[in-house]
Amino acid sequence: MIVELGHFALITALLVSIIQGGLGLIGARQNNDYLMGVSLKATHIQCFLLLLSFSALVYAFWRSDFSVLLVASNSHMNKPLIYKIAGTWGNHEGSMLLWVLMLGIYGAAFAALSSKVILAFRARVIGIHGFMSSTFLGFILFTSNPFERLLPAPYEGNGLNPILQDPALAAHPPLLYAGYVGFSITFAFAVAAMLDSKMNHQWAILVRRWVLVSWVFLTLGIGLGSFWAYYELGWGGFWFWDPVENASLMPWLAGTALLHSVMVTARNGQFMRWTLLLAILTYALSLIGTFLVRSGVLTSVHAFANDPERGVYILFIIVVSIGAALAVYARAMRQDMPRVQANLMGRESFLMLNNVFLATATTTVFIGTLYPLFVDALGFGKISVGAPYYAAVLMPICVPFFMLLPFGPFLSWQKTKASKFLKPLLGAVVLSALSVAAFWQIRPSLGVPVAFALLGSFWLIFGALAAPVGRARLFSTGGLSRLFKLPRPLYAATLAHAGIGVMLLGIIGTTAWREELVVAANEGEQMSVGDYRFVFEGVSIHEGPNYLAERGSLKFLSGAREGDRLYPEKRVYQAERSQTTEAAIDVSLMRHVYAALGETLEDNRRVIRIWLHPLVVLIWLGGLMMALGGMVGLSARRLT
Amino acid sequence: MTRRVILMILALFLPLTAHSLAPGEALSDPILESRARSLSLEIRCLVCQNQSIDDSDADLAKDLRLLVRERLVKGDSDADIKKMLTDRYGEFVLFRPTFSGHNIALWLAPFIALLLGLFAFLHIIRQSKNNGPTG
Repeated sequence: MIVELGHFALITALLVSIIQGGLGLIGARQNNDYLMGVSLKATHIQCFLLLLSFSALVYAFWRSDFSVLLVASNSHMNKPLIYKIAGTWGNHEGSMLLWVLMLGIYGAAFAALSSKVILAFRARVIGIHGFMSSTFLGFILFTSNPFERLLPAPYEGNGLNPILQDPALAAHPPLLYAGYVGFSITFAFAVAAMLDSKMNHQWAILVRRWVLVSWVFLTLGIGLGSFWAYYELGWGGFWFWDPVENASLMPWLAGTALLHSVMVTARNGQFMRWTLLLAILTYALSLIGTFLVRSGVLTSVHAFANDPERGVYILFIIVVSIGAALAVYARAMRQDMPRVQANLMGRESFLMLNNVFLATATTTVFIGTLYPLFVDALGFGKISVGAPYYAAVLMPICVPFFMLLPFGPFLSWQKTKASKFLKPLLGAVVLSALSVAAFWQIRPSLGVPVAFALLGSFWLIFGALAAPVGRARLFSTGGLSRLFKLPRPLYAATLAHAGIGVMLLGIIGTTAWREELVVAANEGEQMSVGDYRFVFEGVSIHEGPNYLAERGSLKFLSGAREGDRLYPEKRVYQAERSQTTEAAIDVSLMRHVYAALGETLEDNRRVIRIWLHPLVVLIWLGGLMMALGGMVGLSARRLT
Repeated sequence: MTRRVILMILALFLPLTAHSLAPGEALSDPILESRARSLSLEIRCLVCQNQSIDDSDADLAKDLRLLVRERLVKGDSDADIKKMLTDRYGEFVLFRPTFSGHNIALWLAPFIALLLGLFAFLHIIRQSKNNGPTG
């Protein structure tokens, strides 16, 4: 019954979204307040219906209602409650329902938060957004219905892939989708502005909050996904350049570019053409990411060709919505826009360079991800594009980008005197060099490439900090009180930019200084890696809620952790008939000790793997700093 | 008894996650071993999902790791080993696509994008200079 109610709510949501779209656009054209008012109300009704529908599906998962096909194929009675619920979006149909729920929430949030905006513009945004929602609701109802029944109902479900039964992966999709889908508002904003000839700096001021909100969510979502991969996949890699990861990285890079270009547009309308295009493309990349992940095209072009229904539908959504937006764009570009006035030493030009680098990075990831599909489809055979490619190609982009980055926040609009940034940045250079020298003391075998990479990361950190220090003239009288009275966006930029440096430091730490030990050990055998010594205390069997685990015990014999133990596990999930490795990690800021339990050899010895990952935690700390920077930026009344 | 049963059950299931090197695989010569590691990172485990043979514990990955080391000990160059693997498995085995044939666009596109961007940037700067400070 409740399931039917959810299904019914979903169908009704589709109808409401069409009404929202139609009345919004017609009302705006005829300037009919009544129609526009109805369209605004419809966003709330649509959001409510989608919440209802989503709750119904969550309920079905919670109660393990195996008469619902989706629950039967993706859940199991024995799963802990949290993973029954999170299992709702651990599959294609449920995650698409989550996607439209996000669309509904963003639509309603925009309607509720935009009361100061001219009604006709609001109605256009909401109208466009309504139709975007309709296309996805149609997709779900026609190709991916989560409420399909299975009769007779089986006694037990198939279970959820055990590597998805994890707290981080329960929260990862909602965060990621809140990011992806947020860019739908930006997109609707851009199209509405072009239809309405509202392409001015007021528009940009309004849109940038939504850009920032989406960007913060996307940053958190990607960070969490990377953290999950680190501890769940068994050896401590944090980014694999997997097409699925790239699918989220592309909109993030484009969104970061948008975040910066909209700053210029919000000031005086410059860069308008570029900002509008980026707003369209960022959402397009979110859609393309969804297409890549959801159509099966990644596993193989041929698998896609055999079962193309879903992929073709998403491709259809992409072509129609992006095509229409680009057509509107081409028409709107005939209008006059403010000419770009950029002096080489002004903030405009540095933001422009930022966009050159980020757009190139986006293009690179796009090509690297799609090229193998392209080559395969043309019949040239299969190729692989992996980490070595991205490292080789992104390096020449990152080096000048990171070198120039700390200058940005110092620069005034139009023109800046070199004296404004010369001293603080010289200070940053000196501090960076000293830090590298300190590292050289600790690790004499540093090597020149690593030393330069370190220099880069410290330059980013100290360079970012130099901006508030320099602009407050901290070391002259009254400096400290000035430091707390700087414009909030400067703190935001400092935090986010320093976050890049902190992340880079983490990447260098774990890439250059990772230590690894692989041994086959008997019970009671001692082993050492780096400064640590361990004794292997054997394996015991533990029973989890829905798995059996072999739990190894490793006791620290030396170092600050002496006497502590690590318990790496190997788990078997009987229902899902699969096995996972649960690494045990000793967490500290300076290094992670990461232990994994391997297989049993014929002579009964046990394979143990221990890694030291120095500074690795800084990778996610840096990501968190970026997201926090975004939040600080959001809290500012003005965003320049 | 239960322990043995559980171990048997464990052995039946396919692992979903990865591991690298098994004990005893590593070469005693540290220079050769470090070459083997960096080479392994560039070679795809063909039966895995986007993993290099260095990260995977599939049987094929293990065989290839041993093969790479065997060849290195015999004195083969990195290029020889890559050639041998592509002859056997096709280009799919390389995570770093070759710089040739239909891959040229893949390698050049990012640099062309960067150059176009920088060109546009310089163009705009020059134009604003000609237009004077107000405009």
